Amino acid sequence: MSREQYQPPSTSAGTNFGGTTGASNTGFQASGSGFEDTARPVHYLCGDCDNKVTLKRGDPIRCKECGYRVLYKERTNRMIQFEAR
Amino acid sequence: MPPKADRSWAPLTAEQLEQRRIIGINAETVSHTAANDIPGHYGPAQDDSWNLERFSENLKVNFHANQSYNAAFSLVGVDASIANAFRRVLIAEVPTLAIEDVFIFSNTSLIQDEVFAHRMGLVPLTGGEEGLRWMRWFRKPPPADDYAAQAAWEEEGYDESESVPSDYNTVVMSLQVECRWATQELDGRDGKALAKAGSNDPEERYVNSNVYARDLVFEPQGQQEQFFSGENRIRPTNPDILIAKLRPGQKIDIRCHCVKGIGADHAKFSPVATASYRLLPSIEIKEPILGNDAKKFRRCFPRGVIELEEDPTTGQTKAVVKDTMKDTVSRECLRHEEFKNKVKLGRYRDHFIFSVESTGQFKSDDLFLDSVKLLKAKAERFKRHLDALEEGR
Repeated sequence: MSREQYQPPSTSAGTNFGGTTGASNTGFQASGSGFEDTARPVHYLCGDCDNKVTLKRGDPIRCKECGYRVLYKERTNRMIQFEAR
Repeated sequence: MPPKADRSWAPLTAEQLEQRRIIGINAETVSHTAANDIPGHYGPAQDDSWNLERFSENLKVNFHANQSYNAAFSLVGVDASIANAFRRVLIAEVPTLAIEDVFIFSNTSLIQDEVFAHRMGLVPLTGGEEGLRWMRWFRKPPPADDYAAQAAWEEEGYDESESVPSDYNTVVMSLQVECRWATQELDGRDGKALAKAGSNDPEERYVNSNVYARDLVFEPQGQQEQFFSGENRIRPTNPDILIAKLRPGQKIDIRCHCVKGIGADHAKFSPVATASYRLLPSIEIKEPILGNDAKKFRRCFPRGVIELEEDPTTGQTKAVVKDTMKDTVSRECLRHEEFKNKVKLGRYRDHFIFSVESTGQFKSDDLFLDSVKLLKAKAERFKRHLDALEEGR
């Protein structure tokens, strides 16, 4: 079972958060390298044709097969523990 | 020791002694409910102190049905408190194995993870009895964010190995099911073609559209191989329990840890579906009920309780009591004017008709013996504590 390691947000990259850094700030994106690997592709499922859609940062939110604009995030592949109670 | 009757200040007839066993059931009231085997109940001059010889003489166990998972028997000659203690021990204190932790690797079905986990816990398991008795407790450490419970945990100072899953305290089972469309190559039928032809049956169109309890796979660990192999493997008692429904592309992949526990902790650990008792009814016909009245009287009871007989003196049919065990004590006969003062209903206060229905892990009769053993152990522990108190320890 392969699992991505959870990387907690580091506070050292705090200057990249919020709108205090001036003109370089583009909206709400926390674009610091210390936050998360934003170049990593994320898998989604198309809401219409159920195809697997892989998006990278900056890609249009759109299914590559049918053009549908509603995508669903896949369930985590981490193990989750529950008590049978 | 002199015979019983001599010990009594006023020797009682058998009928009088029998009368003491009966609780009166009247049209709207219940009388004589209190236990009367307490020393001094019938006055100071009578010897009704507890006596082992007399007790063992009166104690009777009589089986009516003894199927492996459903037993019905009469326990005669004990106090209601004891019979009730057995019932409560059966429900809440006889240990059994059940799923306790569910590790979900994937669950894309409609059923939510927590609901699914709860459902898994309630699936009754069975397996080799010897192995189940060999298994030990698993002591679950408190959650990491409950500091008070953690401090109390450390205070108690239990053996750490009890809290680590091992072959002697944890059974591992896994469930891996994925649903897909039926295909010609794999299943001999083309689900998509069938769907186009108008089939709405998920069993036809898909494979694994239903997840059943039988899909649980036992994974033996360490020494478990020698206790739980072949016939004795850990498996669900009822293989046809529907756990979840799937559609193509949906998948369930879980691993379960089963541990021993008791019903007081969670109902899933209770070894019985029902363990209950009722008192044996008594029906006393004081004056003969004849002719059409007898037929009507018979209809007041469940079938088989009252029979009709030819009365040799009058030549009429007469109602006689046949089998009170089948009676439900509905009191219907007390509503009719014609039976007034002719019938007396009651129950025997010391005749308990037990019904023990096992969920499948242990045999019903074994379970009752276990409950006796457990109650005995509890009484011995209590006595030890009393001794300690007396000695001022």
